[in-house]
Amino acid sequence: MTSDLFIQNLFNALTVGSLYALIAIGYSMVYGILRFINFAHGDIFMVGAYFIFFAAAHLPWPLAAAVAIGGASLMGIIVDRVAYRPLREAPRISALISAIGVSFLLENLGLVVFTGLPRPAVQPQWMVDPITLGSIRILPLSFLVPAVTAILVLGLLWIVYRTRPGLAMRSISRDIETTRLMGVSIDRIIAMTFGLGSALAAAAGIMWAIRYPQIHPFIGVMPGFKAFIAAVVGGIGSIHGAVLGGVLLGTVEIMAVAFYPSMSGYRDAFAFVLLIVILLFKPTGLMGEKLEDKI
Amino acid sequence: MLELKDLHVRYGGIHAVQGVNMKVNKGDIVTLIGANGAGKSSIVRSIAGLVRGVSGEMLYTGRDGETINLVGSMPEKIVKKGIALSPEGRRILPHLTVAENLTLGAYSRVDKKAIEEDRQWVYSLFPRLQERHWQKGGTLSGGEQQMLAVGRALMSRPDLLMLDEPSLGLAPILVEEISAIIKALNADGQTILLIEQNAYAALSIANRAYVLEVGAIVLEGSGQGLLHNPQVKEAYLGG
Repeated sequence: MTSDLFIQNLFNALTVGSLYALIAIGYSMVYGILRFINFAHGDIFMVGAYFIFFAAAHLPWPLAAAVAIGGASLMGIIVDRVAYRPLREAPRISALISAIGVSFLLENLGLVVFTGLPRPAVQPQWMVDPITLGSIRILPLSFLVPAVTAILVLGLLWIVYRTRPGLAMRSISRDIETTRLMGVSIDRIIAMTFGLGSALAAAAGIMWAIRYPQIHPFIGVMPGFKAFIAAVVGGIGSIHGAVLGGVLLGTVEIMAVAFYPSMSGYRDAFAFVLLIVILLFKPTGLMGEKLEDKI
Repeated sequence: MLELKDLHVRYGGIHAVQGVNMKVNKGDIVTLIGANGAGKSSIVRSIAGLVRGVSGEMLYTGRDGETINLVGSMPEKIVKKGIALSPEGRRILPHLTVAENLTLGAYSRVDKKAIEEDRQWVYSLFPRLQERHWQKGGTLSGGEQQMLAVGRALMSRPDLLMLDEPSLGLAPILVEEISAIIKALNADGQTILLIEQNAYAALSIANRAYVLEVGAIVLEGSGQGLLHNPQVKEAYLGG
């Protein structure tokens, strides 16, 4: 492979990896607090993509993106309120089943409301007009996605590590009862967690739709699965791990196909192979901590 | 300040607290002693709002002078009303720093400047915490963790401070140190409800004491009175 092609693939890998990372963070944050996998998370990604499709028809693109992110964020909060909060005291498996139910509900609701017809995403032209740097042709989108992702992740880390609600989130993830004793309203912090995670998933959905401009009710399924794998590979419960896992997964997928073009049909399989290999050697994921408490 | 009337706590089929009547007056140290499993923790946990299946009355008069029944209130509301609990087993957050643990204790308050002043005040009570303010809670020794748990409860500036077995698992010298701090806080006007298995330490500093056995109060009186009560001596003070 020429070095030009390699660089193009590297940007590709970073783009796909960033999108996985943004979705993976939501899985990881919810798992960190509630210890269950929110299987409807990939569908929030889909909702975000649809929201911008409709919003962009009436609003300038940046405003439409804000509306879509806000709408999907609200959607995540509503899902928690309706489908998970009533099950807080129930065994975790109940919330898990409920999440699978919400996932099917959102997908089929998508079919009914939006129809199964793929919709063409709105692509701001300047993002998809290739630019030439020497002998490399690259889409501005390939710079934009990692940059936006970096900004969003830094913003999130600031919230989690520098604000009071962030402190409460980190505290809940270890000891819910004690956190309540400190005067923290658990439901409010959990709602905020869903809101943040869903906002990031919607941001990913919007950027995904620019890169792969076809929106249908099931576009969230495969990226959702992949991001879930990324979260587990990175160490579920850890935001840093989710980012690392996402970028790693994106890189493995793109590079494997780049070096062995004949394997392109197996692209999705690489994710699962990576998952199995990492879990064999590091069951808690790359950055997952074993929970050890001093007695 | 706090009056429990015919308090019952039931967990599923277990009747852990069976009609307890208790009173905590403003400015007092009240202690509740009893064997393991007598229901002591159930009582303070009920007051803090952590337990469902509570019946009876828990009448609390807060700083606003209004008397309310705490039964059914959420813990976050109870903290705002001025009651803090340092729970059994300390329950500090091991992955947060000492300073963060203290900040969390002040979560119910908004005035940043006052919170910072109180953090300094807690550091002055427990200088060890200041030395270790950047360390993760989980790296502290047992005694330091207990200081952090008490300091964290103080960070909400409670009218009523409840301490659940602060001497549990500590060396005798540390038990004395904690006792001295409790006395000093009380001398400054802090109302305290102290739960202990270590009856001697608790009774010697309490104004008022209750003895709990299998979910019911069997004795009550002044701390000194119970300290010299033959029944208490035999059952809790080793003869």
